[in-house]
Amino acid sequence: MVGKCSSAPPRVTLEDITKHFGPVVANDGVDFTLADAEIHALLGENGAGKTTLMNILYGLYRPDSGAIRVEGEIVQFDSPREAIAHGIGMVHQHFMLVPALTVLENVILGMRSKHEPLLDFGDFRRRVMDTARSYNLAVDVDARVSQLPVGVQQRVEILKALFRGARTLILDEPTAVLTPQEVDQFFDVLKGLREAGYSIVLITHKLHEVTALCDRVTVLRGGRVVGVERADNVTREQLARMMVGRDLPRSGERQEITPGAPVLEIEGIECLNARRLAALRGISLAVRRGEIVGIAGVDGNGQSELAEVIAGLRAPTAGQVRINGRDCTGATPRRCFDAGLGHIPQDRLGTGLVPELSVADNLVLQTHADSPFAQWGTLDRDAIAENAERQLEAFSIRAGSRDTATNTLSGGNQQKVILAREFSRHPDIMLAVQPTRGLDIAAAQFVHERLLAARAGNTGVLLISTELDEIMALSDRIAVIFEGRIVGVLDSATASRERVGLMMAGQDDDATARAAI
Amino acid sequence: MTDVPATMVTPSRVSQISRVVGQLAVAVVAALACGAVLILVAGANPVVGYVALFNGAFGSLNSIVEVLVKATPLLLAGLGIAIAFKSGYWNIGAEGQIFMGALAAVWVGLNAHGWPAYVAMPAIIGAGFLGGAVWGLIPGILRARIGASEIITTIMFNYIAFFVVNYFVTGPLVEADQFLPQTDPIAKSAELPRILRPTRLHAGIFIAMAATVALYWVMIRSTFGFRARVVGANEAAARYAGISVGWTWLVVSGVAGGLAGLAGMVEVAGVHQLLLEDISGGMGFTAIVVALLGWLHPVGVVIAAILFAALDVGADSMQRVIGVPVTLVYIIQALVVLFVLARSALEHDMFRRIWRRFRPE
Repeated sequence: MVGKCSSAPPRVTLEDITKHFGPVVANDGVDFTLADAEIHALLGENGAGKTTLMNILYGLYRPDSGAIRVEGEIVQFDSPREAIAHGIGMVHQHFMLVPALTVLENVILGMRSKHEPLLDFGDFRRRVMDTARSYNLAVDVDARVSQLPVGVQQRVEILKALFRGARTLILDEPTAVLTPQEVDQFFDVLKGLREAGYSIVLITHKLHEVTALCDRVTVLRGGRVVGVERADNVTREQLARMMVGRDLPRSGERQEITPGAPVLEIEGIECLNARRLAALRGISLAVRRGEIVGIAGVDGNGQSELAEVIAGLRAPTAGQVRINGRDCTGATPRRCFDAGLGHIPQDRLGTGLVPELSVADNLVLQTHADSPFAQWGTLDRDAIAENAERQLEAFSIRAGSRDTATNTLSGGNQQKVILAREFSRHPDIMLAVQPTRGLDIAAAQFVHERLLAARAGNTGVLLISTELDEIMALSDRIAVIFEGRIVGVLDSATASRERVGLMMAGQDDDATARAAI
Repeated sequence: MTDVPATMVTPSRVSQISRVVGQLAVAVVAALACGAVLILVAGANPVVGYVALFNGAFGSLNSIVEVLVKATPLLLAGLGIAIAFKSGYWNIGAEGQIFMGALAAVWVGLNAHGWPAYVAMPAIIGAGFLGGAVWGLIPGILRARIGASEIITTIMFNYIAFFVVNYFVTGPLVEADQFLPQTDPIAKSAELPRILRPTRLHAGIFIAMAATVALYWVMIRSTFGFRARVVGANEAAARYAGISVGWTWLVVSGVAGGLAGLAGMVEVAGVHQLLLEDISGGMGFTAIVVALLGWLHPVGVVIAAILFAALDVGADSMQRVIGVPVTLVYIIQALVVLFVLARSALEHDMFRRIWRRFRPE
């Protein structure tokens, strides 16, 4: 192992950690060492056991076997409270903040004040602001969390951990919600913390984050450690191979295709979000047959609402949606499907699937009442089963059987069920929203190949994603969305990451980019 | 997590059903054991008491018939609640729907003098269904159109229905003697025929059986049942798939109300031949428990309805033999519910963590 320190014990040591969930082994004899003042990447695909391992260190799970040492001393955590008492703080992928409370209230939540049982906001405010200043975490302590952008909420989470005396920070996929520029700022904050002597575990599956920021990297695959390396000693290709366990096949070739007639036309769409605030402020774009149009943008700039309007799940307050030339403005989802829409929704389990129902049933969610799946209002179980077998085979879905409930499948296989269902209806326009979120590399590649295959099959694809890499790799044209407006449309052949990144932050005023599609 | 290993196949339907029935059996045994302690405290012999309970329910043809007569309305109302709950529509209004079904039935029954049976009987059955269905539909419309919580509205509708019936049996429809708060007997031709005289078994049991078969088809085999299950399991997915959630709720609110209305109708036309002030006596609430214990599955609801009816019928003979009050059986019924709930609670993470703390390492 490439440990730095020989004299003092390392900050944290995990020895031979094993954790089962039912028959699934999440961690299998994992060793992990975190030195003082280092940023240590925990790299692996979804399901490799990264988050489980760190949840064990944070006291959320107890390991089946193995030992945890903090500063050389064996500890046993039954709850995060005990981990926090040992100077360990964790920022989860989904923030654990109370939206209705202010930053200050969130930071001090559950802490004892000097004058129990009375709160002493004055004292707390001073100390929280001191902490924020000393680590360059610019944040208004009196703002309500619900009104803050996610990037700032993340700072609040870190502030919360630091204020509770954390010397070791665990960050779970922290950059997923940030623009490229925000990522840079965020990395500066982390570097500052490292200089101040903090140790940081960065859970990630993004290779460039490892090489750009980290000192060391531990790679997990299938619950086992496959390597511990100095970050300046490895290439991204080596890391990718360690992570996946084999060389990655090249993703699907892009054929040259001349786009055909428009299959999705949107004109001047405006709509409100769930809180009745303006979410879309006049969006116009068109998708033609045989092209992929990518919508790039930071999460929460109107992407969800745009997808919902197109799919008939949200009524626009102005504008028009046409699918295959048919007016689908404010139409029911049924009419949108009938007009030729396929829809891979953002929230797999929440919207795309009925988790308790079987794979077979989920595969006929829209078509269950049509021939051959039903006659005279009675389901034809044989036809549904036969369809399921065919789709399981065609999309190589790994499910125990067609009767397996979809919530027991892995994320990748759940997404394949949705892909199978949506593509089997032969749509003319496929609306794909965050189609690879949370998927491992192989599954994500499968999704990408299917989208490219659809493009080659003369289907139009509207790809809405916050993964800029995905947008850049797949799209023919890139439309950037910011605060409910399309701030520009770029040809993907000439678009640069930096340019798109600036536009995502609303900082591009180049008039030529504003040309409407 | 990682891919599900091929060995981890979900349990088949049969083993799922046997698991549910097994759970219910364990809960019943545990509840009876607790009841035994209470009987001991009361100074009686629980073994003698339970033998009397069992004999009271299943010891003679007459007692078995009584169980079936009691189970019939529970089953009808329970089926309606099952399909409603399965669709995510929390209809707590079976009690009120039973009252309104009974009121509609008695109104037809009182006016059916001189009608032939082949007109009067379908008319009274239809009236019972319609009375409950209309009463169930109003909260359904409110839910589907303006999003008013059906939990609140159906509970409120219970009170309204109770007092409407109260008004009719003391006012416009009070018996000729004007002595008791009840109506005159309905026309003979509108009565559900007795089978197996001199027992009280009546043709309502066929209605309940037909309803079970129909509901089985609707819930398990029909395209509507598929949509209802999707709506109940994941409303967002239902909307996404183009299923009209509001329409589904509208239909189930009407069907559930209609089935409860039939329960009220069989009490009027099959058991009492008239409408009493308190014709339901809380059956609409017991039916909720029956539906839940029956795992919202038509077959399960049949089993649970018979179980609860048997406990009710056996309670009287237990009281006669060992002198403990009937209310003890209500305690046992409540304990059955608690033990079924406890099983899922014991699987809860919190209990597992507490359990681990006390376990020697």
